[in-house]
Amino acid sequence: MSSLTQTAELPKLKISTAVPESAVPLKPLEELDVALAVKNLNLFYGAKQALHNVSLNIPRGHVVAFIGPSGCGKSTLLRCFNRMNDLVDGCRIEGEVQLDQKNIFDRSVNVAQLRRRVGMVFQKPNPFPKSIYENVAYGLRLLGVKDRAQLDETVERSLRQAALWNEVKDRLDSSGLSLSGGQQQRLVIARAIALEPEVLLLDEPCSALDPIATAKIEELLQELKSKYTIVIVTHSMQQAARVSDFVAYMYLGELVEYGATREVFMKPKRKETEDYITGRFG
Amino acid sequence: MKDWFKSGSPWIWLTAGAVAVSVLAVAGVMALTALRGLGHFWPKPVIETTYKERDGSTIGLIGEIREREEVAVRRLREAGFVIPGDATFTDRVLIKMGNRDVSGVDFRWFPLPLLGEQTKPHDVITVERREWGNFYGHLISVKQEGQLVASGEEAWAQLQERTARAQDLFMQIHKLEKQEIGKVNFELERLRLSERRLQLEDHLDEAAKAALTAKREALNQQFGALQEKTDALRKQLARDSFVARVADGREVEVPLAQVADVYRANTMGLFDKISHYAKKLGEFIWDDPREANTEGGIFPAIFGTVMMVLLMAVIVTPLGIMAGIYMREYAKQGTLIRIIRISVNNLAGVPSIVYGVFGLGFFVYFLGGNIDRLFFPEALPGPTFGSPGILWSALTLALLTLPVVIVATEEGLARVPRSVREGSLALGATKAETLWRTVLPIASPAMMTGLILAVARAAGEVAPLMLVGVVKLAPALPLDSFFPFLHLERKFMHLGFHIYDVGFQSPNVEAARPLVYATAMLLVVVIIGLNLTAIRMRNRLREKFKELDSV
Repeated sequence: MSSLTQTAELPKLKISTAVPESAVPLKPLEELDVALAVKNLNLFYGAKQALHNVSLNIPRGHVVAFIGPSGCGKSTLLRCFNRMNDLVDGCRIEGEVQLDQKNIFDRSVNVAQLRRRVGMVFQKPNPFPKSIYENVAYGLRLLGVKDRAQLDETVERSLRQAALWNEVKDRLDSSGLSLSGGQQQRLVIARAIALEPEVLLLDEPCSALDPIATAKIEELLQELKSKYTIVIVTHSMQQAARVSDFVAYMYLGELVEYGATREVFMKPKRKETEDYITGRFG
Repeated sequence: MKDWFKSGSPWIWLTAGAVAVSVLAVAGVMALTALRGLGHFWPKPVIETTYKERDGSTIGLIGEIREREEVAVRRLREAGFVIPGDATFTDRVLIKMGNRDVSGVDFRWFPLPLLGEQTKPHDVITVERREWGNFYGHLISVKQEGQLVASGEEAWAQLQERTARAQDLFMQIHKLEKQEIGKVNFELERLRLSERRLQLEDHLDEAAKAALTAKREALNQQFGALQEKTDALRKQLARDSFVARVADGREVEVPLAQVADVYRANTMGLFDKISHYAKKLGEFIWDDPREANTEGGIFPAIFGTVMMVLLMAVIVTPLGIMAGIYMREYAKQGTLIRIIRISVNNLAGVPSIVYGVFGLGFFVYFLGGNIDRLFFPEALPGPTFGSPGILWSALTLALLTLPVVIVATEEGLARVPRSVREGSLALGATKAETLWRTVLPIASPAMMTGLILAVARAAGEVAPLMLVGVVKLAPALPLDSFFPFLHLERKFMHLGFHIYDVGFQSPNVEAARPLVYATAMLLVVVIIGLNLTAIRMRNRLREKFKELDSV
């Protein structure tokens, strides 16, 4: 009996596929300010083509979710936005990704600078084996910031934005690796937003987390979208429905459907999308 | 039975057995060297007895029993000994008789039945001398400038007092010679070299010559003064002597200037023995060797070994780590890098003497020779760097241990999670920044492991060192108080070579054997010490990054 009572005490999680009505009605995609514009993007790993002629616009100040089955190219597309694919041997890219009307694949682009403007959070939390403070200050230190007050201020602000400050404010000197998985992921988010990027990329940020930690991250994304453009790759349809304003469904390296989340989930235009969303496929 | 095999128990027993054998082997080595080496410093009782020679005459014996073993009586009879009784086996003992200058033999085996009654007389003194090894005898009297001062029991008190005084004087002389006279000699040599340099550069005009002569004159005067001082001290030192009756009844006078230590082993209590033991052990560790390394301490060898290994570590660590970083992080992982990697691994298998030959040919003759020609022409034809020395030894061993460090570094880098690298790059770090700030710290414990293995290997190497820098007796340590303090061109002493030298090249093998064990013991202790230091450093690094395994 006691186990039952305990179960009853667990916090109730809101998990539903129902798309919440947004308070402010969404403007159509075409009318929004574009943060990232993808134009006819083709990507090859050696001889294998991973992305086929993808074009889409990421609107500023909104959350865009990429969904689709494993291996559909959604992570690959995401990793184009801050040129993480540069690290992959034999990766070749055709087409353009424009950040503020400038092609990020252009030779004149400083990759380090680009990555400061387009931050990224990975699937598994990857804090550095340094203190919590140093983890968050990492990006600033790279920029050569030595002023203690500025560092302190940024670390606190970033940790507050990442909703982690209250949990770690008394142990900023302990290792970032001593935190729990969910805390680590929020630490990594704090680390990314410490640089105040324009775009924040999240590559399945909750796949290694338990439901409670997931709920916290999702809540956080809602807070963050007022300041940053967020692109999130997720496997969970529910998550996409809950957090995103727009959703892109990809399949086999092609963009199948892209539109306002509510529309894509309620009345998808394409049959494939409907099949995937309703679980008949995937 | 079949079930037992299937259960896997035999496998567990087999593997556990392998561990047990390894542990036993290591413990055995340590126990044997400790037992035989450390026992040497314990004061042994001195016995007095008689012995019937083969020709029927009887001689007196005073000495320490060092060993006892069983031997067949028949064999002894065949050798000409007359053994009474009808036992098949009997014992024979090895007696250290000392007094090499008086009797000519130090160690000798005696069949036990031919020895007379053994006594341990109280007035027998054991004298450790600076020359000719130990002296044993009954103390008769103490003399000062040939005049009798004391005899009988009173003589012992006088002897102790005067020995202490002689020790003190000896240390003063030693210090004068080593430091002040050494300094003057060093300055004189520098003067000679600068004169030669001026001569070579054609700058040796009259003024320079006059200045040099003046300086030399001053130094020579200083030298003369010091010489006088030491002479005076020597005279004082030669004041006292003692007379003792040796085994064959003769009375021998021994000057106290020769005495390093004197004690009456037969009257020592346990506490005396312990303090004597501690003193001897301390001398062994901290003193210079004497009498062709068979007596005295081995400090220069300990110092040389540690310094050479540290020097080697300083050279091999940056080199190996940088090579490893390039091979893992920057080089294109193609056929070429694979060939290089295989070659590096194979280098680890090349016999060490080959490195010695290479070191001699390349470092000493080629590099050293050219350095001499370019930078030290004034010393030619005397070599400066063109002869074996500690720098070349360290470089040769660095080469020898380089593969270990490279491989360890590469493996450490390969184990750094990709996610951490990406995390750093995604924050706008360049590859170099990522390497410096994140990857290298995480890989540092593995690099330390490489260094530990390198140190362990280098500290135990002897063969290549014999070609590139180790000597039986080095006149000076490679680190001293004379500018430039660190003398990398100097030859040095090494514990490993010391073991070989004392054990196999010694004029007095019996006397030296315990020292071989003691030195071996010390070598192991030094290596363990070096390793523990490195391991402690690594563990501290590991502690810092340990939670990373969960990432």
